Amino acid sequence: MSRVLALVLLALAGSAHAEEPQPAPLKLWHAYRGGEEAALLQATTLFTEKTGVRVDMLALPYDAYAAKLTNAIPHGAGPDVFIFNHERLRNFQGQNLLAPTTGTLVRDDYFANTVQALEVDGQVYGYPMSLKSLALYVNTKLVPRPPTTTAELLALLPTLSKPEEGRFGLAYESGDFYFHAPFLFGFDGPLFDATGRASFDTPGMARSLAFVKKLQDERMMPTEVSGALVKTLFNDGRAAMTISGPWFAGEIAPSVQYRVVALPTVSETGTPMKPFLGVEAAFVSSRTEQAARAHELARFLSLGEASRVRTTVGRQIPADVAAYQFQEVKDDTLISSFREAARDATPMPNTLEMARVWEPMKLTLRAVLQGGTRPEDAGALADRRYRALHRERPPEANPMPWLTLAGVMVLGGGTAWVLRRPAQSQTFRQRYPDVSRAVTYVAPAAAGLLVLVFIPFAVGLTLSLFHHDAGQYTFVGLANFVDILASRGYSITEPLSFYFTLAVTLLWAVVNVVLHVSIGLGLALILKDPLLKMRGVYRVLLIIPWAVPNYITALMWKGMFHRQFGAINGLLVALDLEPVSWFTRFSTAFAANVATNTWLGFPFMMVVALGALQSIPQELYEAAEVDGASKWTQFRRITLPLLKPAMLPAVILGSVWTFNMFNIIYLVSGGEPGGATDILVSEAFRWAFQRNEQYGFAAAYSVLIFVVLMGWSVFTRRLMKPEEAS
Amino acid sequence: MKKPSGLKMAVIHMGLSLMCMVTLYPVLWVVKMALSPSDSMSLTANPFPDAVTFDHFRDVLLGSDAQGRWVFGRQVLASFIVSGATTAVGLTLAVTAAYALSRFKFPGKEGGMQALLVTQMFPATLMLVPIYGILQKLRLLDSLTGLVLVYATTALPFCIWMLKGYFDTLPRELEEAAVMDGASPFQVFIKVVLPLARPALAVTALFSFMTAWNEFVLAATLINDPTRFTLPVALQRYVGEYKVEWGKFAACALIVSAPVMALFFALQKHLVGGLTAGGVKG
Repeated sequence: MSRVLALVLLALAGSAHAEEPQPAPLKLWHAYRGGEEAALLQATTLFTEKTGVRVDMLALPYDAYAAKLTNAIPHGAGPDVFIFNHERLRNFQGQNLLAPTTGTLVRDDYFANTVQALEVDGQVYGYPMSLKSLALYVNTKLVPRPPTTTAELLALLPTLSKPEEGRFGLAYESGDFYFHAPFLFGFDGPLFDATGRASFDTPGMARSLAFVKKLQDERMMPTEVSGALVKTLFNDGRAAMTISGPWFAGEIAPSVQYRVVALPTVSETGTPMKPFLGVEAAFVSSRTEQAARAHELARFLSLGEASRVRTTVGRQIPADVAAYQFQEVKDDTLISSFREAARDATPMPNTLEMARVWEPMKLTLRAVLQGGTRPEDAGALADRRYRALHRERPPEANPMPWLTLAGVMVLGGGTAWVLRRPAQSQTFRQRYPDVSRAVTYVAPAAAGLLVLVFIPFAVGLTLSLFHHDAGQYTFVGLANFVDILASRGYSITEPLSFYFTLAVTLLWAVVNVVLHVSIGLGLALILKDPLLKMRGVYRVLLIIPWAVPNYITALMWKGMFHRQFGAINGLLVALDLEPVSWFTRFSTAFAANVATNTWLGFPFMMVVALGALQSIPQELYEAAEVDGASKWTQFRRITLPLLKPAMLPAVILGSVWTFNMFNIIYLVSGGEPGGATDILVSEAFRWAFQRNEQYGFAAAYSVLIFVVLMGWSVFTRRLMKPEEAS
Repeated sequence: MKKPSGLKMAVIHMGLSLMCMVTLYPVLWVVKMALSPSDSMSLTANPFPDAVTFDHFRDVLLGSDAQGRWVFGRQVLASFIVSGATTAVGLTLAVTAAYALSRFKFPGKEGGMQALLVTQMFPATLMLVPIYGILQKLRLLDSLTGLVLVYATTALPFCIWMLKGYFDTLPRELEEAAVMDGASPFQVFIKVVLPLARPALAVTALFSFMTAWNEFVLAATLINDPTRFTLPVALQRYVGEYKVEWGKFAACALIVSAPVMALFFALQKHLVGGLTAGGVKG
């Protein structure tokens, strides 16, 4: 029945465009690259050939994709169709970005679990295109017979691992819950209890963690594994097996012979290790002006000839049942192996509850794998973090008293100001002779600042009085601030509490500024000597960290601090010292952040200090020399006092920048261990973008950051005042 | 001045060389990744590539997108247009405002200076949503003009602070003399004040340029046309949902950094004088 309906709709759509002479092209957004992008282009070309409707494709960087969609679609500036994974479905649906496909989508066309993944409250959103799930990649030279059970795996691993040579039986991203989930499900651990709430403190959780911990402790797999490391080890033949998804196939060097098989069955439970199933789907925007055509395009991309192209060219695992009838798909062992491996996969729930699981689980995995937490205690740890992050919506507040209060304050303040103003002895013109000129000079900048800086700023302030939940804003008064300042859900000495983070932030700012200034000043004192040879060369080289964008160098430093393969530990070993596991303890993780930021920040201070030193008249030193003052006395009595007025503004600006230095924290330590090295800005970012978009709470954090810095600026103005008086 | 002893000079040179090595080491890693044929990370502390290939650079520079168009050139152009225009607009607005703040008396001056500093304190991450809404009202979405205006205004507070501090250090006598000679106030500003402020202008220009040149989230969110993406957006395209193309990422990163480095070196001399902003009063 529904199939007939769909055909009727498609026929209608077809006849509709026949009547219009020039249909506007459909806009299709995606974040595909390489083969997947090429396949998508071929598929849309097929669509255009068939229907005459042109398609404008826009490829976006994945990091900015979701933010762009959530901003553009409500303003009517978004695409007609976009491709995304189903994880954010609930979120998008809550913000009314999606048009339901119930009715036009024919369920039997796709694997049942892929359609299930796209269901919210009985409606289906989007057309499933491809599956993403994990399987076991095996280097067939090293492992002729892939293990089918964990007992076989355990028997095999010791023969394949030679940790002292950097060889491992298995290497996968063990610190990421997406990769741990198959172990959890294999050990019969449920992730959600009967009420749908996440449950961590289960025997399955403890057993799965103990299993993985054992693999790592017996050095059958490396520590602190990243995607890049997995790829390197597998391509070098230093990892015999890895757990990864279909995307990994394109990363394998042609010289490596490999096979893909389903993950083994856990011997103790007899349950197969079930990975999460991710579904990539073509979603139709709720704001499209060509709904029928947009549905036609989205459906077209998910089925038939388009599936064939996506499979053969894009190397995707199609969700389309019929695609497996094509001969080239049948012959493709990689595709069919992944299809087999995905058969047991658990569709990843598209609920908000699922989104709340990632951070507690990441914390727990790292605590077990790197730190001293025992697997049986880990569930409780995750549960605690989960409860701290899972904020119930505060009770709705009535905005009227607030508006009245604001009104009264404005009126009262205005009246008081007018009344208390001392009587002017001069007219306005006399006091401000060049006010009209000043206005013409200032007006353009003021207008720009007002519209694009101060208004967004005011919106940010107001947002802090609201609670945001999947597109719904509720006015809650000061509840966000109360929650933060009362440190609800965790004691004040724990990471995640406002006071702990504030203390870390202050320490971070102070340590950095002191290092920036002392290194910068030290170098400037050396470099100012005009007799120094190669002065220009040194100066050019030392300025480089400032010129390279900091998100690039932060990534480099992150790699240098790696436990097993980082350059810094390499240096320590060469000096006969113990290698350090940098991101498992607060002190070392903090030190890594500081080292990176010092490297980035000293050139600015060096340049400022050089300029300041040059402005000190040489005669002063000569006079001091005549009086027999030592170098140290000269430095203390001449250099320092004369530097202060020039350095102080730079120091103040530097301290504000460091206070909000998001990139370094986020990219180098990422808050490890357990959020302890997060500063206030990165914490605000997490609440806004990684914890179910709690914009209001994040805005409240930002307001507090702002208040702290305001206090700081008042304090520094006091420092500056005596200078201005003199 | 006494000539320092040879030993002391040797120690100083050793120290400086060591410092330069520390400075260059992470950058050399980027170069190594960009030049290494395989995308693998090598597991040594040696920052020099074992084998050299220019494939990554070639792919980044000459590669065409899925539709077979060569967009990199267009993106370079867009980047220069956006950053150049940001510098021009930002500098014009900042110079006039800073001059007024330095020389004229008008109500709200002190408050205005404080308000400028305050804007630096609110984290930028939450500004995206309101800015998007405002640009839509102004019909400046998906236009380079909108992008330029946002960049120029976000760079403004720093620029105004810098320039105001520098103007404060310039002696007023020169301006007064010019007025005596019959110059109009505007002529004084253009012909006397601006040439004197050249070092500070250089620093401010560099800062505005860098703000626009390196930014990526706003550019990716506001622009809907791949030929008008700026280079950091192109760079971020090498970072995918599941994997990163490190070789091309590094090569592209070096290409993106090159113009900023060139500017730094070109403006080196001014940098030292210009940054020493307000404090030093004659």
